[in-house]
Amino acid sequence: MILSFGALAEFASTKSDSIFLDGQGAAELNSFIKIASDGSITLMSANPEFGSNVKTSMPMILAEELDVDWKNVVVEQANFLPKRFDRQFTGGSQGIRLGWKPLRKSGATARKMLIDAAAKTWNVPAEQVTTELGILYHKPSNKSASYGEMASLAATLEVPKEVPLKNNGEFKIVGTSKKNVDGKKLVTGKPLFAMDYSREGMLFATVAHAPFGMKIKSVDDAAAKAMPGIKDIFVIKTLPDNYERTFFDTNAFDELVVVVGNSTWEVFNAKKALKIEWEKAEAKTVVVKGWNGKETVNIPGVLESTVDHKKQMLERSKQPGTILRKDGDPETAFKNAKKVIERTYTAPYLAHNTMEPVNCFAHVTGDKAEIYGPTQAPEGISHTIAARLGIDIEKVDIKLARMGGGFGLRAYSHHMVEAAVISQKMNAPIKMVYTREEDMTNGIYRPTYIATFKAGLDKDNNLIAFSVKGGGIPEHSVHANRFPAGAVDNYLAEGWALDSNISVGAFRAPRSNFIGGAEQSFLDEVAEAAGKDPIAFRLELFERAKKNPVGKDNDYDVDRYAGVLKLVQEKSKWSEPRRDVHRGVAAYFCHNTYVAQVIELSLNKNNPVIHKVHAAVDCGVVVNPDAAANMAEGGIVDGIGNSLFGEMSFANGVPQKNNFHQYQMIRQLEAPNAIDVHFVKNDIDPTGLGEPLFPPIFAAMANALYKATGKRFYNQPFGKDIHAPAPSKLDTKGVKS
Amino acid sequence: MATINLNVNGKKQTVNVDPKTPVLWVLRDHLGLVGTKFGCGMAQCGACTIHLQGIAVRSCQLPVSSVENKEITTIEGLSEDGEHPVQKAWLEHDVPQCGYCQAGQIMSAAALLKKNPNPTDEQIKTAMQGNLCRCGTYLRIKAAIHSAAKM
Repeated sequence: MILSFGALAEFASTKSDSIFLDGQGAAELNSFIKIASDGSITLMSANPEFGSNVKTSMPMILAEELDVDWKNVVVEQANFLPKRFDRQFTGGSQGIRLGWKPLRKSGATARKMLIDAAAKTWNVPAEQVTTELGILYHKPSNKSASYGEMASLAATLEVPKEVPLKNNGEFKIVGTSKKNVDGKKLVTGKPLFAMDYSREGMLFATVAHAPFGMKIKSVDDAAAKAMPGIKDIFVIKTLPDNYERTFFDTNAFDELVVVVGNSTWEVFNAKKALKIEWEKAEAKTVVVKGWNGKETVNIPGVLESTVDHKKQMLERSKQPGTILRKDGDPETAFKNAKKVIERTYTAPYLAHNTMEPVNCFAHVTGDKAEIYGPTQAPEGISHTIAARLGIDIEKVDIKLARMGGGFGLRAYSHHMVEAAVISQKMNAPIKMVYTREEDMTNGIYRPTYIATFKAGLDKDNNLIAFSVKGGGIPEHSVHANRFPAGAVDNYLAEGWALDSNISVGAFRAPRSNFIGGAEQSFLDEVAEAAGKDPIAFRLELFERAKKNPVGKDNDYDVDRYAGVLKLVQEKSKWSEPRRDVHRGVAAYFCHNTYVAQVIELSLNKNNPVIHKVHAAVDCGVVVNPDAAANMAEGGIVDGIGNSLFGEMSFANGVPQKNNFHQYQMIRQLEAPNAIDVHFVKNDIDPTGLGEPLFPPIFAAMANALYKATGKRFYNQPFGKDIHAPAPSKLDTKGVKS
Repeated sequence: MATINLNVNGKKQTVNVDPKTPVLWVLRDHLGLVGTKFGCGMAQCGACTIHLQGIAVRSCQLPVSSVENKEITTIEGLSEDGEHPVQKAWLEHDVPQCGYCQAGQIMSAAALLKKNPNPTDEQIKTAMQGNLCRCGTYLRIKAAIHSAAKM
């Protein structure tokens, strides 16, 4: 199963731009735009917000083409309404990229309808009507009117098919920094999250699950049931029988024990008093409808442990994988190489650890289900809810809560099914809340990965052969057509995967979040073996890929990739030697955005002190610059934290960390002292920022730590290896000369 | 169950709960003050930070029986309408991403500035070490605290 969201780019806009509803008090010019007669403008934010600023930045694009004053705009979170909106999905860093054209068209279309309404009212040619900040003008006759005055007529007019869009130079809102539209509510503690929701008569619920590879044998709930405030304890099934899962139905547990009561704390307490016996689950296969058709996934009936995983992955790595790409004759080239460098990199499972634990409100009445909860992907789960409750899909009403973090976790929304089933069973509105321990141990983890890279240099230290063999549980992370594919005559990419019953899924920059850092660490070491500066070495390869590219499907633009490296080289003053800090550089292209980073650090008693991070980013047009910088800073801080500390391990199917006293996360003292983000200025259509800053920072960190310690860091997380003594000399295993 | 008298945001309130109930859940489930967030339940993440007699404490580990008649301030009571310098600075720096941890961050920051009106970078980092932000807004938090100190 491939966890990349690349296929979601297929969700192009296909829906009509105009849906008219009566009786809303304001004229709806299309699904996104409502204008009241007093001139107030309501713009709908269709995508769920998990912190990447889509709720502010996407409406800015609408407002730009609508030509209104941002001060007069109110943004409203849309419910999940698949008939009105396309792609109500947040993930894959695709919101701005895929929203750019449809949102501009929606704004421009509404503006044209307002112009047509004014032309009709004033009986003048539409070509002579202009707009500025929400006002319509007919300059020859000195007439003007606010959008509000023309909105109700405009809403009845024909929707124009073709409308001109602004030139980038004409932007007034896009490219200026606008504050988070929910900022005031967030800093004053207003309810915004599903966790904050309540309703008259609402009951509270929490759940318990088995270790991975096990299932419920028996539940002794006598003590728990007798505790104050407890209403009921029962077992639920989370998927219908013989259900054909979709991509987003990841869920390791067919059955859960549920505690329902009068308050969160009472159900949490009662859960601790449950005596549940588990037994081994049988091996099974499940059919998953993925992006490339149906796939059969094997779920082994074993109790998995990290120590075994490590052995299995190292063993499997010795065998060939499936060939994903081959250019030239790598075998011969490696034989002829003057130097061959081979290195193996690994990374553990990661837990998402969103600050808001998994939770969901549900109220199922008769054949209707009302759901309010955190989800990145309502569409997929709406089908699962309908199937599990046995109701019509049209009767599943999902409202989109602001999410207390997502990072990929909330693309999988089994919690919505669970809450709905509990509400149906209790015949009451319920709010289900996971304890932090439940959240961390009933995870959908970033898979564990391994990758072996090999490079061959000729006598002049040119890179003549390159191979990558990546594996993992239960997927590998190789993107075969990414750099340095295209820059090396002899190239081989292979992948393999092992089955597992531990549930995995998207985690900030799926697959790239390992392979990007591993590749960029390896290239640092190869550059050193070639006696070259790491930036100069990469730029040479880009030059090669530009002049005479190898193969056809190289998945990057050479100039933009080299461009961010040159920008970070300049901004970090890379060519000027530094004695006070150790520096590491990395660059990566994923999720359509190019990033290069330099870390400057020193060690204080073996603890890295990060003085500064320089980042150069090419994401095309930057819609909301300060929010974009915030996102970039977040990706860097999160990446540094995970590179040093991020790790989930397992023993006999049991996750070995269950709360923040065991799972170390980056905090203030470990965060960089400063981050400088530099955006490349161009007129290319915008791409996303949620993910691309994350993968390369792992390598910038490893490369800087090498400079600080004399040790290369091959196994994430790096934090625990900093304290180990440095090798007496540089590890030259695999180097022949 | 016991009747407990509370003083929350300057208002006297009475709840009838198990005296061991953490203040966090009394605020959220019994008093409808949901600005204080549940993150971990073991005082490890700081999302539930409130002020008890002006001191920043983690409400998820604080039995309600121990705070009877003591002055409790939550994010809802920090200022009349978001006018506390820390809240204003948070908006000026557009700190939040997902925003879930920010009420706890703001309460820790406000308590820090009360004790130390002009903290250094290191003092801020140390004082804020108990508040996790998975989105990684630490640099903006630090910058906003410096701004608030100047207000």
